[in-house]
Order: sequence, then structure tokens, then C-alpha cells
Amino acid sequence: MKAAVVIFPGSNCDHDALHACDKVMGWTTVPVWHESASLSGADLVILPGGFSYGDYLRCGAIAGRSPVMEAVKKHAANGGLTLGICNGFQILIEAGLLPGALLRNSCMEFRCRMVQLRVESTDSSFTRAMQQREVLTVPIAHGDGNYFATEQQLAQLNEQDRIPFRYCNAAGEITADANPNGALENIAGVLSEGRNVLGMMPHPERASESLVGSADGRRLFESLAQAYADVGW
Amino acid sequence: MRIPGEIRARRLAAGRSRWDNSRMQFACEIIISPRSDILDPEGDAIGRSLARLHFEGASEVRVGKYMTLQLEADSADAARARINEMCKALLVNPITEDYEVSVNQL
Repeated sequence: MKAAVVIFPGSNCDHDALHACDKVMGWTTVPVWHESASLSGADLVILPGGFSYGDYLRCGAIAGRSPVMEAVKKHAANGGLTLGICNGFQILIEAGLLPGALLRNSCMEFRCRMVQLRVESTDSSFTRAMQQREVLTVPIAHGDGNYFATEQQLAQLNEQDRIPFRYCNAAGEITADANPNGALENIAGVLSEGRNVLGMMPHPERASESLVGSADGRRLFESLAQAYADVGW
Repeated sequence: MRIPGEIRARRLAAGRSRWDNSRMQFACEIIISPRSDILDPEGDAIGRSLARLHFEGASEVRVGKYMTLQLEADSADAARARINEMCKALLVNPITEDYEVSVNQL
């Protein structure tokens, strides 16, 4: 498995993602600058968290149109694994690779804490090593994670089983109290129609070793390793 | 920021080529606001603060963006069309925002 982590001006979780892929998973891992036209032949491309371009205009708007995104779009269109975490999720939406929008948290606060996620779909390369309705503990750190979509988009996401994670409480119940940002239907992540692109607000890469409080996020990387071993890319 | 007078003076000094004879400068304004069906927590927070300051009767506070830019175009309609293209390509998120454009020849 070869992973590429795209670095935009203002990315600040790039090293977390590089660490998870390189040191935790042992994958060949390369950083890719946002002006690059090539993804160095990576099987997995990660758009990391942060504040690309200072969140100017809208979160992810300028990064979503930066030079490297042409290569990312091509990679995704060819079925390549693409993971956007936090700001990376915002970038994938702005680039048109995922539907919807991410609005200001309804509470108006920047939320930085551990949350629980319920696994809603194991039918993807990102979640195949997880159990349906399993509860994962991973951190969030964002001010604009309030997922919004049109009624039509939302209906399609539900019908096509493209919502792999929802915010839940410790008992695995999807409640308003467990929703940290006001996201529609507690949505924490969405998959593309081809199921090879995942955007999520929580940070699995920051919870991939028990030393940092949770290793639950590692399950996502283990899913990818399993998918790669099975199929290869 | 360049001011229109400076632009005009510089063009006169340089001598306009026959190619940009028909091109005119327009001052364009774009007002972007959250769509009415979208929750605007920033507007709500400002509204609550106004109420605390006893500005009774103020409601429905919405916060958007105001942009200005100068654009060279053949006509006001052409300038407006170009701005609409910019809004679609980058400036506005049609899922969450509405916008209004005005153009004035300099």
C-alpha cells in the first residue's frame, strides 16, 4: 500500500496522517504539495485536516480548486481510495467529489473533544473491518462540521447506504445530545457513489494508538489494509 | 487598491490599443447571503446580542459577504455574465448561499 498525504498551505493534521500511515500502518507514505500535478502513484490519497488557505471564502473552497485537485479527481474517478478528514472533508465537498455542504457548528463553538461514532455501513473499503453498529471513540476538532444536504441529496445518501458514521452516545444511540455540531441526522461522514471516496469530520488518524487515548481510528486504516490485500489497486 | 481615476489616467498615458478600444472597466459588487432555509448561527448570535442591548424589534439577522472587484468587459451585460460565471465556479455555494450582483461602468 502506498499512501499520499496532500499538504495545503494551512494544513495542520498532515503529520498526524503521515504518522498513522507510515509509523502505525507501515505503509510507504509520501507527502504531496498542493501545487503538484502528480500523486506519486499512491493507492490511497488523504486530504488532511487543518485550515487550508486560512478557511478564506468558505472552508475548503480555495483548496478544492488548487492544482493538485485535478490529480485527486482523476484518482477518485478511476476508483482510487480517497479519504478527506475534517478540512479534507470540506475540500472534497468543495471539489464536487462529495455532496452537501459543511456549515458553521450550530452551537457557534469550535468543538475539540472525543466523540462516539456508530458504524452505519461496513460496505466500504474504509469500514469493512468494523462491525455494523459498533461504537468508535475518536476526536473531533472543528468549527464548521455541521453537515447539510438538500432533501434530495439526503434521501439519496440514505437509500444508497452512503452514511458510514453517525454521532451517537456511549450506548450507541443517535441522539441530539450526542450531535456535536448540528449535523443533519447526526451525519459524521459520507461516501461517494462509487464508495471509494470518504469524507468525515472526526479524526481517525489521531486515534490510531492507545497511547493517545483511543486506537479505534486504527480500525479504518486496518479496513483499508484489508481491502488492499484483497483487491490491490 | 487602485482607484478608477488612476486607471483612466494610466490608460490615456499608455495609449489604448485598437484591441481594447471597446473594453470598458466596471466596478462590480456581489452580495452573498445565507439562503433563507439555512440556519445562520452567526446571525442568531448577533440577534441575541442586539436583544440584550435592548434593540427591541430587531429580528431575522443574517450575516453574509460583500465583495467588490473591477472587471474589464465589452458591456454591462457581459460583465454581469462573467460575474455570474465566477459565482458558479468559486464565489458562491449554491446549496447554502444566494447572491446579488451589481455592475457600474467606471
